Amino acid sequence: MTEPVLNVEGLRTHFFTDAGEIPAVDDVSFYINEGEVLGIVGESGCGKSVTSLSVMGLVPNPPGKIIGGTIDFRHSGGKVEDLRRVSGRRMRQIRGNQMAMIFQEPMTSLDPLYKIGYQITEGLRRHTKMNKKEAHRKAVDMLKIVGIPRAEQVATEYPHQLSGGMRQRVMIAMAMACDPELLIADEPTTALDVTIQAQILELMKKLNKEKGTALMLITHDLGVVAEMCDRVVVMYAGKVVEEGDVRTILKHPKHPYTQGLIRSLPKMSEREERLYSIPGTVPKPGSIKDGCRFAARCPHTFDRCVEETPELLPLAEGHACRCFLYDSLEGGGAHDRSTTAEGH
Amino acid sequence: MLAYTIRRVLMLIPVLIGMSLITFSIIHLIPGNPAQTILGEQATPQAIEQLEEQLGLNEPYFVQYGEYMMSLLQGDLGQSLRTNADITNEMWPFLAATIELTLFAMIFAVVVGVNAGIISAWKQNSIFDYTSMLIALIGVSMPIFWLGLMQQWIFAQELGWFPAFGRGNPRDPVETVTYFYLVDTLLAGRPDQFFTSLGHLVLPGVALGTIPMAIIARMTRSSMLEVLRSDYIRTVEAKGIHHLSVVYRHGFKNAVIPVLTVVGLQTGTLLGGAILTETIFSWPGIGRYVYEAIGTRDYPVIQSGILVIAFMFVMINLIVDLLYSYIDPRIKY
Repeated sequence: MTEPVLNVEGLRTHFFTDAGEIPAVDDVSFYINEGEVLGIVGESGCGKSVTSLSVMGLVPNPPGKIIGGTIDFRHSGGKVEDLRRVSGRRMRQIRGNQMAMIFQEPMTSLDPLYKIGYQITEGLRRHTKMNKKEAHRKAVDMLKIVGIPRAEQVATEYPHQLSGGMRQRVMIAMAMACDPELLIADEPTTALDVTIQAQILELMKKLNKEKGTALMLITHDLGVVAEMCDRVVVMYAGKVVEEGDVRTILKHPKHPYTQGLIRSLPKMSEREERLYSIPGTVPKPGSIKDGCRFAARCPHTFDRCVEETPELLPLAEGHACRCFLYDSLEGGGAHDRSTTAEGH
Repeated sequence: MLAYTIRRVLMLIPVLIGMSLITFSIIHLIPGNPAQTILGEQATPQAIEQLEEQLGLNEPYFVQYGEYMMSLLQGDLGQSLRTNADITNEMWPFLAATIELTLFAMIFAVVVGVNAGIISAWKQNSIFDYTSMLIALIGVSMPIFWLGLMQQWIFAQELGWFPAFGRGNPRDPVETVTYFYLVDTLLAGRPDQFFTSLGHLVLPGVALGTIPMAIIARMTRSSMLEVLRSDYIRTVEAKGIHHLSVVYRHGFKNAVIPVLTVVGLQTGTLLGGAILTETIFSWPGIGRYVYEAIGTRDYPVIQSGILVIAFMFVMINLIVDLLYSYIDPRIKY
């Protein structure tokens, strides 16, 4: 069995605001193997972005702070480091070098006052011993790899001269420049046109295959998940509610929330009167103390759901779900419910 | 960039013409007969006639304006009524003194203000932030004559660190070439005198620079706070770049435009002659020169003073505008 590149255990990231302590990420665990694509799925505000920022050590502080858990990162040499415990200086050596990130908003994620070439070489010169000329050559090569035409010229242009899709390619070139072991992409295609989306996804898939870079893909788009991911973690209100390989999650979802997400996808083949939507809205983080956080919106809620907090239950090899429907304590009833829950 | 610069310089022509029209008309805006007003109630008709002749007041307005412009273009500002000297020559030492003091004050204001603002924004809500913003608040609210007098009392009178008056040692003058004493003393090969002149700049410079410093610090802080929250700063951090580089190279460069605007306006204001500061510190600057001309109704000097100050203001605005487009590639008008 391969060791995971990244192994997050019991991560807790809270925001300390005037309105009180908000547990944006509450006891989240997951891992990513070498060369694997892990999807982290959930609605806006479920904590998936904060999870990725926590891994990168970029949670805005104040008000945010990681208050618990471990983030074990394995270097290509095999050495494992807990990123929560390393110094800021060490973190800056890892960040952008072994671990890189692409953000959601390509339009605002590049510094408007510096040329594209400079923004790519900046990281290269920080992490490698390349001189100016070598770094520039490498930057142009990276622009070519991510499919930017006239790479030489684009390197001397400013971000406002490029389209959104081009800028996202630049972001990818920048992130991949130092050959990271792990690439985190936070909704990389959300702000782009559908046709450009497909190109960007294809590019990331290609880089993942060719360079063996592990990819942590944050998205709310199950289509993207189906296209890209090997395994999926579904998050709801700061917690992991289900995880498994992509086939299981998409074909046989167990958690009522995952089922709802999949049902709310419009289908090309059927023309339904109304699109399905999960009733209600995501609860405000921290507003639910006891019980399952999805209980208020779940079609299968029973007493226990509001009284106790469910644990993440292993269902099969690599598949786990946080729901009492599958708790063996419920005895024979569990099976019935599970079939009810699944049948739609 | 070059095309923009040329266009921007050409745009100055109407501004300069407007400026000259206004200064030209000052003498004609005096109620009644200008010559009479200048010479006073007891003036003889002969004297009035002579002055009208001297100032060309008998000619039609457009002829007068034409002559005024012709001499301006030749760098001739006319003669002082009081001393009969060429104003161009007479004014320069005063102007040089003001420019030297302003540059010193603004360098102090920018270096202290910008860094205080940057660190305050970077370490928002820290002790440093609170302290420097409190000082900035006191700085903008403090009357400059009070600050000047307090400085003289503490640093000149009590501690004796810096001289309180004048520009240099009058008993051991160096040859004046440029009338910038810091330059002249070096040209004369007198580093000791250079430091004397520098010492004379400290108190008036700090007094004059305090308000701009406070304004710059507050402007830098608010502009930086906005920039430091932006997506591209997070991108730079994600690259693992050192804090200082993140904050200064990417943060401050993006936050600099409003700061630059304030610096330009403040420099213009200071060049306009800080009469209070110049008076308190006996600084022979343009403000006092023009002020004395007002006292003696020396209209050509007043006209020239206003013209020169307005001209410098326009030039500073030009420099600021050119800097904008140099810093931000998106600014191309």
